[in-house]
Amino acid sequence: MENIEQRVKKIVAEQLGVPETDVKNESSFVNDLGADSLDTVELVMALEEEFECEIPDEEAEKITTVQQAIDYVSGHLSK
Amino acid sequence: MSLEGKVALVTGASRGIGQAIALELGRLGATVVGTATSQEGADAITAYLQAAGLKGHGLRLQVTEDGACEALVSQIEKDSGAIAVLVNNAGITRDNLLMRMKDDEWDAIMATNLKPVYQLSKAVIRGMMKARWGRIVNIASVVGATGNPGQTNYSAAKAALFGFTKSLAREIGSRGITVNAVAPGFIDTDMTRGLPDEQKAKLVESIALGRLGAAQDIADAVAFLSSDKAGYITGNTLHVNGGMYMN
Repeated sequence: MENIEQRVKKIVAEQLGVPETDVKNESSFVNDLGADSLDTVELVMALEEEFECEIPDEEAEKITTVQQAIDYVSGHLSK
Repeated sequence: MSLEGKVALVTGASRGIGQAIALELGRLGATVVGTATSQEGADAITAYLQAAGLKGHGLRLQVTEDGACEALVSQIEKDSGAIAVLVNNAGITRDNLLMRMKDDEWDAIMATNLKPVYQLSKAVIRGMMKARWGRIVNIASVVGATGNPGQTNYSAAKAALFGFTKSLAREIGSRGITVNAVAPGFIDTDMTRGLPDEQKAKLVESIALGRLGAAQDIADAVAFLSSDKAGYITGNTLHVNGGMYMN
């Protein structure tokens, strides 16, 4: 089983259509990975599905980098 | 044109234009969910779809109830699958001269004709984005473009749909979802049958084709915009009015 970090990076790469090697922890979706605002909404949808959770809008807006996504999922995933 | 295997949601489908749309989308192969404000209305939708040998059923939707639109979409997704076509058709009139208009007449129009368009569109987009395919068709009105005395509230809400349609079309076009409006002119339905004969005669004079439209005329336009044939049309309004208004 892959860990959360690997799963998040894989989803980011798939959703934004970038090679997984470009997806660093500090990568910003918009500034580094070329996402537009709609891409980030879709990315959150994909994370919700992968991790079977619901990310409220006010939390979703704060997730702008790969690390923030990893942190959010790690902190909220039902163990 | 085929909508085989797709789920279509048509609001206000118990009679008139909405019924014609539901039947037409059903004939194109869609599984049609039509809404009505009462359970009897919903049952009537189920009955006419069945009688026509089409897939689908009616559901009750009272758009002004909190959370009703979201709950409806969730239920349809669970029962029938993701919604591929949304036709925002439900609407009411509360005509009055502006000087006599009451707040509740204004508010009722906005709450029924405008807000649910936003709520339902928002609720269905998720599924459409995942599918990379979707059609939203908003039923506006010629009076949203021309204005009409006694209908400041109705025409304001209908004109609002044009702006909504264009903005949303720009937002989600990259995901293969088109958003268009159909603006019916003077269509022979229960809504217009209530008009005095004198007013009707005068209106017909202003129609280039010299006759009222039929609900089917609107249904045909909606079916086209819902199909793959209209995949390169978005943010537009198709005026179906017999030449009563030309933009």
